[in-house]
Amino acid sequence: MDLRYSKEEQAFRDEVRTFLAENLPEDIRRRMIDGDYGNKDDLVTWSRILNAKGWAVPHWPKEYGGTGWDPMRQYIFLEETQKWPAPQPLPFGVNMVGPVIYTFGNEAQKAHYLPRIANLDDWWCQGFSEPGAGSDLASLRTRAVRDGDHYVVNGQKTWTTLAQYADWIFCLVRTDAQAKKQEGISFLLIDMKTPGIEVRPIVTIDGGREINEVFFTDVRVPAENLVGEENRGWDYAKFLLGNERTNIARVGVSKQRIARIRELASLEFSGGRPLIEDERFREKLAAVEIELKALELTQLRVVAADARRGKTGRPDPASSILKIKGSEIQQATTHLMMQVMGPHALPYHSHDFDGTNEPPIEPDYAGSAAPHYFNYRKVSIYGGSNEIQKNIIAKAVLGL
Amino acid sequence: MDFDLTEEQSILKDSLDRLLNEHYGFEQRRRIMAAPEGFSAEMWSRYAEMGLMALPFSEEDGGLGGTPVETMIVMEAFGKVLALEPYWPTVVLGGALIRFGGDDAQRAELVPAVAEGALKLAFAQGERNSRWDLNHVETSATKDGAGWRISGRKFAVLGGDSADRFFVTARTAGSARDDGGIGVFLVDAKAKGVSVRGYRMQDGQGGAEVTFDNVPVGADAVFGDPEGGLALARRAVDAGIAALCAEAVGAMGAMHALTVDYLKVRKQFGVAIGQFQVLQHKAVDMFVATEQARSMAFYATSMADSDDAAERAAAIHAAKAEIGRGGRLCGENAVQLHGGVGMTDEYAVGHYFKRVTAIDMTFGDADHHLRALAARGGLFQAA
Repeated sequence: MDLRYSKEEQAFRDEVRTFLAENLPEDIRRRMIDGDYGNKDDLVTWSRILNAKGWAVPHWPKEYGGTGWDPMRQYIFLEETQKWPAPQPLPFGVNMVGPVIYTFGNEAQKAHYLPRIANLDDWWCQGFSEPGAGSDLASLRTRAVRDGDHYVVNGQKTWTTLAQYADWIFCLVRTDAQAKKQEGISFLLIDMKTPGIEVRPIVTIDGGREINEVFFTDVRVPAENLVGEENRGWDYAKFLLGNERTNIARVGVSKQRIARIRELASLEFSGGRPLIEDERFREKLAAVEIELKALELTQLRVVAADARRGKTGRPDPASSILKIKGSEIQQATTHLMMQVMGPHALPYHSHDFDGTNEPPIEPDYAGSAAPHYFNYRKVSIYGGSNEIQKNIIAKAVLGL
Repeated sequence: MDFDLTEEQSILKDSLDRLLNEHYGFEQRRRIMAAPEGFSAEMWSRYAEMGLMALPFSEEDGGLGGTPVETMIVMEAFGKVLALEPYWPTVVLGGALIRFGGDDAQRAELVPAVAEGALKLAFAQGERNSRWDLNHVETSATKDGAGWRISGRKFAVLGGDSADRFFVTARTAGSARDDGGIGVFLVDAKAKGVSVRGYRMQDGQGGAEVTFDNVPVGADAVFGDPEGGLALARRAVDAGIAALCAEAVGAMGAMHALTVDYLKVRKQFGVAIGQFQVLQHKAVDMFVATEQARSMAFYATSMADSDDAAERAAAIHAAKAEIGRGGRLCGENAVQLHGGVGMTDEYAVGHYFKRVTAIDMTFGDADHHLRALAARGGLFQAA
């Protein structure tokens, strides 16, 4: 047992830091520090810089553009980019549909879509949830009926993150209404420009526009856009949802947040002294840090086990807790940050969202604190709510 | 970075687990606890035969040159069966004071005796008003010729009921809460002026209140600088805490396993109660707490012998706080999910609960370490 990083790993970490320092435009970094995470142009710019370096999709197999890094290097890369902080890759492409395509797609699909995902030429969104299919995803009702060389898709998806920017959507659709509910589902790639698709925004409690409803009315999708076999889509979806265990905890993101909280808590005053000297506050912060340290080590146990066994091995049982603790800690950091701002968290900084030219409300760094707190309630809901995660652990790990 | 055991470490773990499985079932433990001395002299000899007493000492001193990882393995195994022998006060805590504070002559005298199981030690440190502050020392050591005379009372001395010798913190200069002016002395339990009131702790382990009434000791009783002993005490306690974290993980894992088994067999309303989601989620909370605790026990172990006092202290504070919090969550839920059975003395789960509770109350509870970590600036700084 040795919990130190090897010399080679340290050198790799330095290489990543140097690359970030030399290549991430300072204005993008500044926006990330200030909490402006949803900027499309920033993500496209950064994705292309990474892709030019060959680092856009490190975890993919080398033949499809991956780096060949072992899981520990992948983790170090991720942590450093999160701590910097750099924009995080669009998960719907590089973490979700990309691996599904290179694992289950045909050669033509791989050749066409994968390079475009790596370069963020195509902005992907995820068409899984429906109004009646959330945690019980398999009861989805959007149907695709075969008509010659096409499927005709009718139905509705919801909670579709950043669909307003999307060029493509990957969808779970029902292709066999008679089969058992998990067995009649297929995995379809749909061009968002196809006639019959309508995107309507859902304004979230933070005032943001991040999620959408997507309506499909007689949308004709070429049959060649089916991934894998018809009616096997549920297997691919399970693969997609279970595939990700390096980034789900988002340890680097939380580390960066905590460093930022510490920084701003030394600028904000409480009782005539910097808030960071307030015992109650600093102990709450330390409690989150302890949880984060434990999570980091749990994450590293999973990464180290992956590195030793190869990614095909069964995941360490500890991996199932990464989503739960990771989301709780992210949420705790957003609440702490709002507390740092105190009354300055109250004004609603509408220019953050609607692009008007009013002078910013001071202090400008306070504007994102409350919206993030509100917005980050999502992380214990999406991707299988924490309650669903507990059901999974109870069944799969504890055998209950 | 790896979390794997070496082949030798795996062998140690397997052979100790085997020994304890055979000799430390819950009923066997009850019999051991009921005996007057409160632990098994036979098991103590077996540990010595296995080399456990020699583990942390360097080979030059007559030990086996084990690292904190070996200590972690032993303590986790002890935690799984709630072993009662005073291994931790003698070999881990006492051993750390010898390793980090003993000069050549002191180590030459003590290490072989500890290694063969012939000597039991305890660290008489806590006082009536000290709580967990190692610097709060009112017990005095006054110069007497070449030696010293020690006076004072020490409370809740773990393993104090069976110790042959006591390590004692005593003030050689300054006032009650000064960091400087503290010495660490080794005093024979049978020395004139030492009185030991032995008792059982809440968890069944042995302890004592020890009074030193003008006890004469020689110049060779001092470990390290007679005015600079606080750093030694801190270092030894850090090593001790890392080991307690491992023991707690053993206990948490064991009571979690007991609880999950119970949920599968206990039937109410015609079904196994593990079918009920509200109980499943509590069992998952226990699982999460246990795995997070395990991660922190690794962290504490990796830092236990670090020479960097600041880095070591931060890690130990963080680990002890996490394990105190998680141990309580695990213990309280283990009892709750067992219902009435969990309340009974004749069932194991309550004893695990008591042990993790006692671990939390030893050398600083979760709040104590959280406060200390926060005061020193936390764990994560800006890059």
